[in-house]
Order: sequence, then C-alpha cells, then structure tokens
Amino acid sequence: MTKFFQLVIAGIEMGSIYSMVALAIVIIYASTGLKNLAQGEMAMFSAFISWQLYTWGLGPWLALVLAVIISFILGMMLQQVVLRPVQDSSLLTVVIVTLGVFLGLSSLAGFIWDYLIKAPPALFPEEALVSFGSVRVGTPAVGVFVVLLALAAGLFAMFQFTKIGLAMRAVAFNKETAMLVGVRVNLVIMVGFGLAASLGAAGGIFAAPKVFLEPFMMLTILIYALASAAFGGLDSPLGAVIAGLIIGVVENLAGGYIGFIGSDLKIVVPLVIIIVTLIFRPQGLLGRKYIPRV
Amino acid sequence: MSLLEVKNLVAGYGQVQVLHGIDLSVNEGEVAVVLGANGAGKTTTLRALTGMIKTSGSIVFEGEELVGKKTDEIVRRRIAHVPQGRGTVAQFTVEENLEVGAFIRSDKAGVAADMQKMFEMFPRLAERRKQTAGSLSGGEQQMLAIARALMLDPRLLLLDEPSLGLAPLIIKGVFETLEQINKEFNTTMLVVEQNANLALSIAQSAFLLETGEIVASGPAEQIKNDDSIRKAYLGY
Repeated sequence: MTKFFQLVIAGIEMGSIYSMVALAIVIIYASTGLKNLAQGEMAMFSAFISWQLYTWGLGPWLALVLAVIISFILGMMLQQVVLRPVQDSSLLTVVIVTLGVFLGLSSLAGFIWDYLIKAPPALFPEEALVSFGSVRVGTPAVGVFVVLLALAAGLFAMFQFTKIGLAMRAVAFNKETAMLVGVRVNLVIMVGFGLAASLGAAGGIFAAPKVFLEPFMMLTILIYALASAAFGGLDSPLGAVIAGLIIGVVENLAGGYIGFIGSDLKIVVPLVIIIVTLIFRPQGLLGRKYIPRV
Repeated sequence: MSLLEVKNLVAGYGQVQVLHGIDLSVNEGEVAVVLGANGAGKTTTLRALTGMIKTSGSIVFEGEELVGKKTDEIVRRRIAHVPQGRGTVAQFTVEENLEVGAFIRSDKAGVAADMQKMFEMFPRLAERRKQTAGSLSGGEQQMLAIARALMLDPRLLLLDEPSLGLAPLIIKGVFETLEQINKEFNTTMLVVEQNANLALSIAQSAFLLETGEIVASGPAEQIKNDDSIRKAYLGY
C-alpha cells in the first residue's frame, strides 16, 4: 500500500500543476471560444522570468509573485497586440496565430536564456511534512496543492462576488447582452488573458523545479493540461481543477502499476483520456451541453 | 425638442447597405413604433442606434451626437436595448440577470429598490428568482429581458420585436406591460414590430419602414386610420 499512496501523493503534486494550466486554458476558452495552444509556452516564459528575478537576487517567493504580476501584464499585451486583430477571423486563423505565439515564445526564450537546462530554486523544502507509517507526504506536494486550492477559491470568489467577475461570466455566456448592459467586452477579454497568463505562470513556476527549466519544459505539461480541460469540460473552471488532479493521479498509478506503460508511455494516458472523453462525454465532466433550441 | 432625433441614418453589414438614410424622432415620454415587414431594416435600425454596427448620419440623443460612439458609451447614456429573441443571459439566474442589467450603475440602494420594483411588477419572476433564465418559458424570458433593460433605469428603451415567437395571449400581456411601464415610469420607448395592430394601440407616433427607407410617418392614430397606408404596408 505504501507504493499506492506514494504514487497518489506524487500524482496530486503534478496534477495540481496540470490544474493550474488547465484553469488558464478554460478561462480563455470560456470568454473567447479559443483553445490557447500557446498557454504552455507562456507559462514557460513566466518561469524564466521568475528564474531571472531570482538570479538577480530576489527571494524565490518574491520572484514568483513578481513574475505572476508581470505575466498578467504580458498576457494582456499579447491579447491586444497579437490576438485582438484576428479575434473575428475564422477559428482556424486564430489557432494558427496561437501556434505562431507558441513557436515565437519558445524561440525568444531560447534566444534570451539559451537552451541549457537551468536549475530553478525549490519553493518548498524537500523533506517530508508528515509521515503516515512508511508513507511520506512531501512538503512540495502539500504546498502546490494548497496553492491550487487557494487560487481556485480566489477565482470562484472573484467570479461570484465581484463586478469584474460578473462581467467576465456575462461575456463568456452572452457577448451581445454583455455589450448591451454596458460591459466593455474587449477590456474583459483582455483581463481574462492576463488572468490566464498569471495562472499559467504559477503552474510553470511550480513545474520548473520538477521538470527543469528550459524552453521546451511545458510541452508535455501542455498536453496534460489540454487533456484536463477537455476531461473537466472546456468551459468549467471547477471541472479543470478536478480533472487535472484525477489525470495527475491516474497517469502516476498507470505508470507505477501497468508494466508496459512505465515512465516512458505515461504521456499516452492523457491522450487516451481525451479520446474516451470525446467519445462518451464530449462536454466533459462538468461542462455545459449545448442543446440548440429550434 | 425631441429626446431622440435621427437624421439620414445609413447602416448595414459589411458591403451590404440596409438603411438608406432614414429620419425619425422620439419625444420624451412617448411610445414610438417602427413598423415593417421582414427585411425592412427594423433590427438594423436598433442595432445602429446602440452602435453595434457601422453607421453614418446623425443620431442626436439629449442634444448629444451618438454616431461613432461605442456600445458601452451609448449604454452609459441610459439607452437600454432589448434585442430580438433572448435578451437575457440564459445561464444566469433571474436575479443575476437583473443584477447584470444594472452593471453600469453604482447606486447600490437604487439598484436594490429597482430590483424590488421589478419583482412587484413581474411576480412570476419573483417566484423564479433563483432559476436560470434558460429554464423560463418564452413569455417569462421576454418579461425578464424587459426587466433586465429597466434595471438600467433607462432614459430610452429600445425593444426589438417583443412579440416574436410568443403565443397571442402572451403577446397581449407583453404589450399591456409595456403600456403600464410607459405610464408608471414615464419611460420613453422605441418599439420595432411586425404586429402593427397591437403596436399601434400603445403608441403615440409611428414610422413605416420599407426596404431601408421610411415611407410614412405620423401620429399612431392617423397611421392606424389611413386606409391606403394600411392596405399598402400593413396588409389588413
């Protein structure tokens, strides 16, 4: 049983990171209908910013907070400069543009910080926080999970109890009505991108000590995050959080118990989950089902 | 001077011009109707008034030019627009819809009082305040859309075919409500309709729109009783 619990705990740790990036994807999808393929690279860029601030002498947590704030601004700028001009074009055009952002950001990161692997600072001490018999619960696992819960609770409170949250939900559900009650739709979409960039940044910065910091660090995490968003329901933030955790745990258990998967074929797990979701429950766990009224 | 003065309004979608220079005016406190068949440009007229499509010409509201202003700036001048079909957020509860209707207002006490007023005027909505708008009947949704618009505390209320897709009895109820709102709150309204008879019964002035041009206008009473206009444009 020790192995089982150890795998579950490690799964929750990675799953929390998937959830953060999945939340970012869901927020942008809900407000614009766009699956932002560049979300992972944006997170990677944020992780580099955090690392840069750290090497300039800031503490790891201060660097994290500053990087998250900078990411918020960069995310808004990216939306205004790159995506807003094409937002009324066909979906294919917009997807190609996000692919362009994807490639551009990874090249830019390589250009600025080169491709050598960097070791970012650990945000949590490595030793176990508590032990149950032979099961060790590591501080990083608990720490990342708690941060995820805090972010999710903060998002929920913002959506439910603030004016900007009300505006964001109105834009996500019905742009025309949102416009007609005086919501500045473009401003709301811009803030949504900033928010998504910040959430992704948190995911990237927590992922960096685990996968090491380099321009391609988020490639697999993006696939897990997309799987989480699809599995949880592309328009459901709560679904993204739950699905991210489930996928983190399931991939770890599959890797640990199913012989031929091991650690090499783990990446197949999210892909299988995407396919099964799309076949049996296309709207995802908690997503809305679209039933057009005739 | 009239509250809304539209001169030589031209509007359309992309390359297609729908309105070819229409004039209309609405006096403070009155109900004005724009009548016309499908494709005459009724919806386009309202969309032009709230800046949702590219427009030229002149729209003067309370002495201020609106052409070139963005939708949210126009809404901030308290022009409420109930679009065709569903002017509500289907996933929001009744209460949330009313709350979002008052989005630009910062007078919390006034908003709460107005919400109470809406629930008194529409008891059906009060019963369903925690239900999502999408689960309401067509008539209830139209009432909610009107209530949502009233939450803006509008100086001018624009309504796009409030009768669309509703049963005759429900339509009658909607128009009675509009008349009541006009009398009680002195809300100025511009209603766009195909249902000429009913619309004219609550209006003081009327405009006839045909393929993007105003072909007749005058007091509602006069339009209603003019046989030639009735036969040519209203078809009864």
